[in-house]
Amino acid sequence: MKLPSRRILAVISIAALVASACSSSTATPSSAASAGAAGTCTKQAGATDIEAVSWWTTGGESSGFNAIINKFNCDNPTYFVSNSAIAGGAGSVAQAALQNRVLAGTPPDTFQVHMGHELLDTYVTPGYMDNLDDLYTANGWTTQFPKGVLDIVSAKDSSGATHYYSVPLDIHRANVLWFNKTVFSSNNMTAPKTWAEFLTDAATLKGKGITPLAVGDNGIWASGMLLEDVLLAQLGADKFDGLWTGTTDWASADVTTALTTFQQVLTFVNTDHSALTWDQAADYLIPASAGAQPKAAMTIMGDWAAGEFDNKKFADYGYAAAPGTDGVYQALADSFGLPKAAKQKTGVKLFLTLLGSAAGQDIFNPYKGSIPANTQAGNPPADQKQYSTYQKWAMGQWKTDTIVPSMEHGAAAAPKWKGEIETAVTAFVATPDVPTLQTALAAACKDVTVCK
Amino acid sequence: MRISRDRVSSLLVIAPSVLAVAVFVYGLIAWTGYISTVKWDTLRPDYTGVGIANYQAIFAQNRFLMDIRNTVVFTIFFIAASLTIGLTLANLIDRQIRSEGLFRNIFVFPMAVSFIVTGVVWKWILSPGQAASAGTPATPEGLNQLFGLDPASNRWLTDAHVVYIGPDNPVYGILHDIGLGFITSPNIGIPIALLSIVLAAVWQMSGFVMVLYLAGLRAIPEELKEAARVDGCTEWKIFRHIVFPLLTPITLSAMIILGHISLKIYDLTVAMSGSGPGFATDTPALFMWQTAFRDDSFGRGAAVAIIMLLLVAGIVVPYLVWNRRQEVEA
Repeated sequence: MKLPSRRILAVISIAALVASACSSSTATPSSAASAGAAGTCTKQAGATDIEAVSWWTTGGESSGFNAIINKFNCDNPTYFVSNSAIAGGAGSVAQAALQNRVLAGTPPDTFQVHMGHELLDTYVTPGYMDNLDDLYTANGWTTQFPKGVLDIVSAKDSSGATHYYSVPLDIHRANVLWFNKTVFSSNNMTAPKTWAEFLTDAATLKGKGITPLAVGDNGIWASGMLLEDVLLAQLGADKFDGLWTGTTDWASADVTTALTTFQQVLTFVNTDHSALTWDQAADYLIPASAGAQPKAAMTIMGDWAAGEFDNKKFADYGYAAAPGTDGVYQALADSFGLPKAAKQKTGVKLFLTLLGSAAGQDIFNPYKGSIPANTQAGNPPADQKQYSTYQKWAMGQWKTDTIVPSMEHGAAAAPKWKGEIETAVTAFVATPDVPTLQTALAAACKDVTVCK
Repeated sequence: MRISRDRVSSLLVIAPSVLAVAVFVYGLIAWTGYISTVKWDTLRPDYTGVGIANYQAIFAQNRFLMDIRNTVVFTIFFIAASLTIGLTLANLIDRQIRSEGLFRNIFVFPMAVSFIVTGVVWKWILSPGQAASAGTPATPEGLNQLFGLDPASNRWLTDAHVVYIGPDNPVYGILHDIGLGFITSPNIGIPIALLSIVLAAVWQMSGFVMVLYLAGLRAIPEELKEAARVDGCTEWKIFRHIVFPLLTPITLSAMIILGHISLKIYDLTVAMSGSGPGFATDTPALFMWQTAFRDDSFGRGAAVAIIMLLLVAGIVVPYLVWNRRQEVEA
């Protein structure tokens, strides 16, 4: 035999090593130093460290967070806040790492979490967080934040008293319809006001050979948001809220109507939706070359889509509230709280005071593309980054609209509930059957013991 | 019985690893088993015993039943295709051809790539692109673009169809009549999107199988084949009756290695399609991760983990027993 078998054995053993190494993937936390821009305040001798964990690692969001941290470090030389960022899809990676630390009793001094049930059910109910009532009273936040937000960040204790648990730093809107303005004007269309109008417009667009609605539901949550918008339009703000508190019946005829609409809407989406992420779907509104027809006319997505369009240098987009939801602001927010086991509570409270203040929010939000939760904010100093046209429009709406929480983004429902709803929606998108979906949604509500 | 000094020192040397394995492997398996029987469904541990309620809850979820289906289908297709391609490649290379090493390396190379990278690249390749609609031509991507296929009928990763014995099938009625109606559920079928994942996995692993077979082929004494040739056997008969039987141990080892990879597959599906359309590419591992670390249902997550362990054990334990017997015989 020509080839020594020893050599082959060596290849096999190396191959086996590679195979076993392939199956592990770990997230490496990277401690991002604050932006190296001019005026960065460095740590003073003897300053106390405060560790803030976020999942903001890139782009405008990390610039904004580093800017606000730098502001704090300059104003408070006795403390030094560092941003320990953990990269990964909308915080799913950061959350797993955080939960380990909270369970182990060594949480960071403050950390990013979606306001609402993602915070309340995961961390507050099991008793891992301190309430922030004194901060809310001392800073007048109970009047500066809209009532809708106060409802979402607070929880009642066993005696029925309300406590506040986190400081929302930004507000994103989930129920926004984005459209290609040229496509709409050449078809003499305006943004549809109701889902019935949407379906008529969609049929027209489909007849012209353009996909009416771009959806990228890899990971399913984009379709979940679509379902929320349809429910919100059908039920109105109060009864939509009731879905999450157990006062609106998931088995009711109203919900059936909404689910039927949802089924009709899904017939107008791009065929490759399950292969795309939300940003790839948003890109379908951008024509390949100037004057060409884009792949799709509309998409329904949170207002981070504006950032996607701006990054791609696409200006020909219009926006409106999702059909049937004008006057309702479906909100989600990144917020920061105070863990019971935090080591530097005084310092953290100082930092949280800046995060909730109008001045602090005006530093962060122009970078992030979101709007300030604090209604006093909205006028950044002239030497700082300013708000965009979309942000100014959204701020106007924020002050007048009814605020409802977003299920997909952790504000309305506990993570477990959200998981069960997503399971039902995934099955529905593949094989649409309204009674099956409605039964599953009603069962999910019972399983998390919100519904009786 | 007197224990020799040699034996004492060997026990001492082996003790640390025995202890580590006992604690970090078997101890944690036992702990997971215990967690699967408690309520623990928020971040704070809750050790109220609930018996087998977690297992009942999991098996009541259609998603988990689909995951089991996906695992079985994936395992069968993945092993069958990898073995066939691996054996074919090994036979082609085992012809004393020139620059054999180069070809060998080319075929093995995909294995050096991590499943995440494989997944991302194959996701691009297998994205179908937009189907044509009235007046607008299709915009195919990836394979569809390369081969000029129609995205409407070649949906690859986005195909939500499951091939199963439906009411239209002639045997549907017969199966129901003889009491085998349960076979006609979509949960006993082949999800089309999953085959795209199989394609990527086979690309990555068939080179590895080739190397295994190549080693096996090289170990077969040339004299056996010569003797058969003298007796007038054709090359096919030599392969069928001499080479192939002698490769049985290799085939078995390859099946075990591929089998445990396929039962635990996670990174490849996460990178390519996640749960996929209608959970067509969902796996128990992904379900376990989401149940435990996204939904905070640690009890149920542990139950899924235990079921996965039993599945893998069902493959590996018989192999170990068989291996042990071979060694005793030899």
